[in-house]
Amino acid sequence: MTARSAAAIVSLGLLAGSGACTSFYEIPIETPIQPKMDVSMFQRVLIAGFIGGGTDDVDANVETVRLLRSQLRSKSSLRVIDAEALHLTELAKDQVKTDPPPTPGGAADGQQVVPPLPPPTQAAENDPVKIRNEKDLEKYQSIFSDVAFWKKVGEEYQGPLIITGTVLFSPLATAGYVPVEREFFDQLGRRRVIQQRMYQERKGFTLQPKLIYIDGRTGATLYSETLREEILYPAQTNTPALSSYFELMDKLIPSFLNTLSMQKIRGTRVLVK
Amino acid sequence: MMVRALVVATALVAFAPATRASIAAEPSGGDARSDAKEQVEFGIKVAQNGLWKEATYRWERAVQIDPTYGAAWNNLAIAYEQQGNFDKAREAYEKAVTLEPKNLLFRQNYDLFKEINDRAKRRRDR
Repeated sequence: MTARSAAAIVSLGLLAGSGACTSFYEIPIETPIQPKMDVSMFQRVLIAGFIGGGTDDVDANVETVRLLRSQLRSKSSLRVIDAEALHLTELAKDQVKTDPPPTPGGAADGQQVVPPLPPPTQAAENDPVKIRNEKDLEKYQSIFSDVAFWKKVGEEYQGPLIITGTVLFSPLATAGYVPVEREFFDQLGRRRVIQQRMYQERKGFTLQPKLIYIDGRTGATLYSETLREEILYPAQTNTPALSSYFELMDKLIPSFLNTLSMQKIRGTRVLVK
Repeated sequence: MMVRALVVATALVAFAPATRASIAAEPSGGDARSDAKEQVEFGIKVAQNGLWKEATYRWERAVQIDPTYGAAWNNLAIAYEQQGNFDKAREAYEKAVTLEPKNLLFRQNYDLFKEINDRAKRRRDR
């Protein structure tokens, strides 16, 4: 018997004890959770695209756009705009290149003047952008605060709610002691399961999306949130990156949906006479 | 399913322990707890048929009649929770738990409510 089932039995026993002199009725309830954002002024939503990074095995931008669109189509009242996903990494890279260098006047506010970096070589400019971690992502974050850019995107689609951001899907590896259940049969042939702690090497993935909600009429950011989930498997298990991505996204989707629409959490309570 | 619920609801309302008009009047000298209990029992019947507004009304009446009736506060809290009225639900749960601190059923309901409500709050604040 596992500790969990033992706890359930003890709990039931206690409930029966406390309810011995009262009548009680278990009843299913659905608790409504209000959305985190008021989107009543929008009828349409554009999942514009994401700056993706981490691993090359999954195109985090394309997969996230596709998944969020399909979720919103079936679970939200907003009309989802079908448009090609923006390649924000390239756009942000261009923006970084064209940004004017800091003026010498910057030293007036007490900051040190940084000498300008040497111009990148032709080969470096043509390299595809490799984003491996949060630090790499930081360089491209400025695109999300570019109000004029988002206003222009919004004008193309008659001012919808724009959802964009960054998605980091990275491999993860750890080693340490983990609880495992070991099954054996005793002398009488009865099946027994014991809990043990075993040293195990594990690998998996972390998924860290930062979702940014932008008003397509003004280009201003309305709300943003960073979510994080990770999953680990024994090192010898060969789980495809894409299926891990969907497994992790499954855990994050309720929180994403709750930003835009009311969600109901099912549970039970006990009515008492 | 809907028709069945409607038939049951009609029957329940027809055989209600007292009409709304008579409930509105204060209990005439009778035992407050037994009057409140009638309301609580009827509230449970209608809640089991999904008529949460009617149930809320009955349990609000029950706590008016007998404010020391812990079960009525507990049920009222559940009804408020089901309708997304979290501030009122918290108040009612607290009242129930204060009135009967040793009642594990009230405590269990309150803990489940807090778990969901606090999680939603954390999400909003993030």
